[in-house]
Amino acid sequence: MTATPSASERVITTHGLGRRFGGRRAVSDVTLSLGAGDCLALFGPNGAGKTTLLRMLAGLLRPTEGSGEVAGVVLPGGATLRGAIGYISHASMLYGALSARENVELTAKLFGMRNAREAAKHALERMELPDRSDTPVRLLSRGMQQRVTIARATVHSPRVVLLDEPFTGLDDSGSAALGAHLATLRASGTTMVLVTHQIPEGLALATHAAIMRDGALARMEEGEAWDASSYLTVYRGLVTHGA
Amino acid sequence: MTTPSNAMTAEKAAPVARTSVDWLFVVAVLAIAGALVRAIYYTPFEALQGPAQKIFYLHLPAALAAFFAFFIVALSSIGYLWLKDPRLDRAAESSAEVGVVFTTVVLTTGPIWAKPIWGTYWTWDMRLTLTLFLWFIYVGYLVLRGAIDDRSMRARYSAVLGILGALLIPFIHLSVYLFRTMHPKPIVIKPSAPSLPPEMLTTLLISFVAFMLFYLALVRQRYRLANERDLLEQEEGR
Amino acid sequence: MAPSTLGAALLIARKDLAIEFRTRTAFFSAVTFALLGIVIFFFAWDPTAVSAMDLAPGVLWGIFTFAGLLGLQRSFGVEQADRAIDTLLGAPIPRESIYLGKAIANFVFVAAVQVLAIPAVALFYNVPLLEHAVALATIAVLAAIGLVAVGTLFSAMAVNTHLAEMLLPVLSLPFFVPIVIPAAQGTARLLAGRPAGEIIGWLKLLVAFDIVFVAACMLAFPFTIEE
Repeated sequence: MTATPSASERVITTHGLGRRFGGRRAVSDVTLSLGAGDCLALFGPNGAGKTTLLRMLAGLLRPTEGSGEVAGVVLPGGATLRGAIGYISHASMLYGALSARENVELTAKLFGMRNAREAAKHALERMELPDRSDTPVRLLSRGMQQRVTIARATVHSPRVVLLDEPFTGLDDSGSAALGAHLATLRASGTTMVLVTHQIPEGLALATHAAIMRDGALARMEEGEAWDASSYLTVYRGLVTHGA
Repeated sequence: MTTPSNAMTAEKAAPVARTSVDWLFVVAVLAIAGALVRAIYYTPFEALQGPAQKIFYLHLPAALAAFFAFFIVALSSIGYLWLKDPRLDRAAESSAEVGVVFTTVVLTTGPIWAKPIWGTYWTWDMRLTLTLFLWFIYVGYLVLRGAIDDRSMRARYSAVLGILGALLIPFIHLSVYLFRTMHPKPIVIKPSAPSLPPEMLTTLLISFVAFMLFYLALVRQRYRLANERDLLEQEEGR
Repeated sequence: MAPSTLGAALLIARKDLAIEFRTRTAFFSAVTFALLGIVIFFFAWDPTAVSAMDLAPGVLWGIFTFAGLLGLQRSFGVEQADRAIDTLLGAPIPRESIYLGKAIANFVFVAAVQVLAIPAVALFYNVPLLEHAVALATIAVLAAIGLVAVGTLFSAMAVNTHLAEMLLPVLSLPFFVPIVIPAAQGTARLLAGRPAGEIIGWLKLLVAFDIVFVAACMLAFPFTIEE
C-alpha cells in the first residue's frame, strides 16, 4: 500500500498518538509531521514519555490511542516498517562477544541485504572505525561502541533514524564526532528523531524542536538557527513549572 | 474520549456495602458442612474399607473441583490472548488461587485415606499423580504471576502458561498410563467402584454440589479482590 | 528481500552458537555438571540393591534435564546485556524466527552435552549403551527437541521477570517429565534387550509431545515479546 504523496512527502505523521500502560498514560495526544531531511530534537525530563514515543515510531510498541504513519506504513506496522527504520538507544544493542564487523554484518543480513559483508565494511568505514576485525565489541571504548552502533543502525540506509539519548556517556570529542556523523545523515535526506538531554548538540542538528512533559508535547516549533541559551531558559521554565 | 484498548482497566464494581453478607459464601459453607455431616453420620460404611473410606466424599469432589478450576484457567487464558480483556485475566488468576487450595486438599486427603486402606501413604495411581502435576503447574503459574509487576505482561505470560499447562495434562496421563501398564501393580480395592449404592452416590453428589458452590463463592470473592487491587493501582497511576 | 523465517532463524542460531563458542563457559558448566551428577549418583548407589541397567537410564535422562536447564538459562540471557534483543526485534524478520533460531542453537548445545554424557554413563556404570547407538541417538534427538521447544519459550519469559534463574526450573521441569519418562523407559528397554515394539511405543509418545509442543510454543512466542 503506497502512501498518497502529499505536497511535501511527509515521512513521519502522527495524530493524537498515545500509549497507556495499565492506568498510566505514558504518551498522550502527540501530533507531528516531518519530511525527508527533517530532524526533530525531542527534549524533556526523565519519565516524560520520550522513549515510549520513539519506540512507537519504530514499530516496537503498539499505540493505544491515535494514529500514525511512518515511511508510508501505518503504525504499528510490521516487518515492512522495521525494514525502513534505524533504531539507536542508549544501550548499545550490540553482542559484546562478537566483533564490530560481525555485529554490523549480522544486522545487514537480518535486513535482507545481499551484499552484507560489503555493506558492513562500508558502514564501518563511514564511521571511521579502525579495522580491529576480531576484537570483541565489549572491549572497545564507549565512543567506539557508539560508532559501531550507528554503523549497525544505518547499514541498510534507512529512511528514518530514531535515536534515544545517543550522546550519553560520550566525551567532548566523541560528542563532536557523533554530531558530525548525524549531520551527514541528515544532509543525505534521512528523517531523524533525536531524543537527548544535550540541548546545544540537539539544536545544532534540529529542524524542529519539541519539549515533552508528562507524556504530552508541551511545545513544538520549527527553526533553523537556534539560540541554545534562550531555548534553555524556555526549557527550564516549562519543565520546572510544577504539575 | 475514546475507550483505550489494551488498557487493563478495572471495572468500577457496583458499590458493595462493606458490612453486607456474601450469601453465596454462607450457603456454600453450609452446604459443605451439610455434606460432611451426611457423609459421617448418615451414610453407611463401605464394607471393605471401613470408616476411612469416608474421606472419599471429600477427596473426589475436591479433585473434580480442582480440575474444573484449571479448566477455567485454561479457558480464560485462551480468551485473554484472543480478546485481551483484563476481566479474563482476573478470572484466571482467581480460579488458579482457588484451584491450588483444592488441589492441596486432594493431595493431603489422598495419603490420609490411602494409609489405612492400602498400607502406604502414597500410591502412583492415575488420579493422584495427575493431581500432583496439576499442583506443580498451579504453583508455577502463581510463582510466575508473583514475579511480574507489569500488568499486561503478567496477564500475557500467565495466559501462555495456562494454555501450555492444559496441553501438558494429557501427556502426563499418557506417560503414567503407559508406565503403569508396563509395571502392573497388585490390584487392591478400586476406590471409585462404578456400582455405588444409592446412599453413597447421593452423598457424593451432595458433596460435589457443595464443593462447586464453594468454588464459585471463593472465586467470586477472589475476583472482587483482584478487581479492587487493579482499581487501586490505576488510581495510584501505576 | 527480508529473510525468510528459516533463513533468519539460521542466522540467529549461528550467532548464538558463535557467541557460545567464543566464551564456552555455559557449555563447560553444563558438561561438568552432567559428569559430576553422574559420578555423585554412582557413589550414592548400592549395586547389590539395584542393578546398573536399572539405574543408568534414570541417571542419564534425569541429568539431561538439569544440564539442559543450564544451557537454556543463557539462551536469552545473552540478549539482555546491552539490550541486544532490540536488534532482533527491530529487524524485518518474523517473530517466530527468533524463537526458532534460539531453539536450534539450544538443540545443538543440548545435543553436544549428551554426546559427552552418554559415553560417560556407559563408562562409569558399565552398561552397553553404545551398542544401541542408533536407537539411543533417536531417543536423544527426540528428547532434545522436546526439551528445547519448551525450555526456549520459558527462557524467553523467565528472563523478563525478577526471579529469572529460579523461575526457569520451576516452570520447565513439570513439562520435562513426559520427556524423561519415555526416554528413560525406552533406554531401559533397550538395555534389557526387549523387543522393538515396546520401545516404539515410548518413541511415539516422544514424537507426539514434540509435535504438539513445538507448534504450541512457536505460536505462543510472539505473545511473550509483543508490547
